[in-house]
Amino acid sequence: MNISAMSNNEPLLEIDRLKVEFDTRRGLVQGLRGVSLSIGRGETLGVVGESGSGKSVTAQAVMGLIDMPGRIASGDIRWKGRSLLGAEGERYARDIRGKEVAMVFQDPMTSLNPVLRIGTQIGEVLERHLGMTRKQARTRSEELLAAVGISAPGRRLDQHPHEFSGGMRQRVMIAMAIACEPQLLIADEPTTALDVTIQAQILELLAELQQSLGLSIVLITHDLGVVAGLCHRVAVMYAGQIIETGLAEDVFERPAHPYTQGLLRSTPRLDEVSDRLISIDGTPPNLVTPPDGCSFQQRCPLSGEACKKAPQLAHIRPDAEAACWQPSTPAWATPLMSPSISH
Amino acid sequence: MLNPVSAPAPHAPLLSVQGLGVTYETGAQGFWGRPKSFDALQDISFDLKAGETLGLVGESGSGKTTTGRAVLRRIKTSAGKIVFKGNDITRTDGEALRKLRRNMQLVFQDPYSSLNPRMRVIDIVAEPLLVHGLIRHVDEARDRITELLRVVGLPADAHDRFPHAFSGGQRQRIGIARALALQPEFIVADEPVSALDVSVRAQVVNLMQDLQKELGLGYLFIAHDLSVVRHISHRVAILYAGRMVEIADRDDLYDHPIHPYTEALLSAVPVPDPRTQRQRKRIVYGGEVPDLVNPPPGCRFSTRCPLVTDQCRKDAPKLSERSPRHLVACWNR
Repeated sequence: MNISAMSNNEPLLEIDRLKVEFDTRRGLVQGLRGVSLSIGRGETLGVVGESGSGKSVTAQAVMGLIDMPGRIASGDIRWKGRSLLGAEGERYARDIRGKEVAMVFQDPMTSLNPVLRIGTQIGEVLERHLGMTRKQARTRSEELLAAVGISAPGRRLDQHPHEFSGGMRQRVMIAMAIACEPQLLIADEPTTALDVTIQAQILELLAELQQSLGLSIVLITHDLGVVAGLCHRVAVMYAGQIIETGLAEDVFERPAHPYTQGLLRSTPRLDEVSDRLISIDGTPPNLVTPPDGCSFQQRCPLSGEACKKAPQLAHIRPDAEAACWQPSTPAWATPLMSPSISH
Repeated sequence: MLNPVSAPAPHAPLLSVQGLGVTYETGAQGFWGRPKSFDALQDISFDLKAGETLGLVGESGSGKTTTGRAVLRRIKTSAGKIVFKGNDITRTDGEALRKLRRNMQLVFQDPYSSLNPRMRVIDIVAEPLLVHGLIRHVDEARDRITELLRVVGLPADAHDRFPHAFSGGQRQRIGIARALALQPEFIVADEPVSALDVSVRAQVVNLMQDLQKELGLGYLFIAHDLSVVRHISHRVAILYAGRMVEIADRDDLYDHPIHPYTEALLSAVPVPDPRTQRQRKRIVYGGEVPDLVNPPPGCRFSTRCPLVTDQCRKDAPKLSERSPRHLVACWNR
């Protein structure tokens, strides 16, 4: 697959300097602090980050799921060049969401209605968005279940969610998401709740669907391995910002930002034995009062005077950007032992 | 203050589990029906030496947590023997069991729900000492707890704060300090890093390795993350639907898996390296783990196994040694 040719296309989805805030009792939490992303047709973008980095908030903003006390403070989200924000944008967004852009959530246990048959739940999507009759919807639902690899789909349509295993429920969620033949699928930790062999089945399914339907996929995950298998491009998030982005091969092989470097070296690998893992000391900053300057400076071994001013995402190679004053500098030496124990 | 474990008799394992089984009862069928039972665990055997880590891997419902609890004598066993430091502890009870428990501690998965939010850190860490009657008041142990907190890498002023003031990784350190308070020789760590973010996970893994080196602790490390298990374990056992399908030294198991399930499991784990990952052959078997209440007769993997024969559907294969220290339960491999 020719990735560079694809990225020349006009992007499907553009997120432009998006800021999202949450008004909480502890103060105004700056959940997203100026996130810009774009995704082209047929492309798979992995959004990686730890808890609280803003990866799910980004997806929720696209799907219009930011509710009180959260709000989009500034920036823009565009679908095929038209804004989804503001009064007119909202109307446009209603036609797009669920139809051209669909989402799969982490927890298939809670995103299905436990008292309705699976067939009813998929049928509802088809009747509502595509105006199908009940009979048409049933036939199509059966095809959809077959497409996501559920055997005996006719019989399964009459069952309730509790009769499905976790992996099967996630397949049902994917069937519902692709029901209206979307162009973009946003998958938020789609395999995190699943066992590893079932995870492999679901990832394989997503890869197949991408090929057969020409889907674009935004895959949100904390698991670097999942990204490595499926994604063309990666965006690494930290403290509500994107701190590095580029082609997957590049980011994994030549991580430029010290955080990305640390993340990769703190992850044990199945195919390697390492003596000791890198450990990034400390924790991400509080987003009520984010630090001035680089948000990683408190944990960064390279941090210096320059880091008191916030670095912007800047090109480090034609296809890669990092937000760091000293990109591509090796940041982590071999780690030390924990404090010694006195006998 | 923290003393390394006194060396056990040469070559004697710290812990030896032989043919362990656990049966759970389910609700009765109908009002007059007799309670039904099923085997959650069957025929589990392994040895663990002091200073060693046995990684126990399996998917949901495979029996890894049950194994940990059974070994600690927290649930009833229905078969087999548990030998700790040369003593059969399968039937130990009363005061002897209480004493024994000082030596065997548990670190939990969820650092949020396993610490009482209303207790100060010093009270949490001192609780095992109080419960076992080693101190009468928390203040007697203040120095000892200061040392424990330092060892697990918590700030010196942590004593009087409450769990909510700490991040997930720090809470897991509190849990580890609590487990170390009684100077155990053996720790069951049940998914100790699964709830933590990647960068924090490494901190806790490193801490556990350092403590093992210094104190000679034996770990039963229960996890579903095969990459972490490879990193921390000396020996690894794979469970499937309540039975052990393979056990071997770490590198032997990862580089030369024999059981078809182990093979599939390893191939399913994604490697964080796009070039490698795209070239790896994934073995994906359809189907899912069988229902333990009505397991298939014979080998429990027979419903998904590509090598299945009539024998597999009839008789359960026993673990047998294929090469030194590498045991597999399979008729066809």
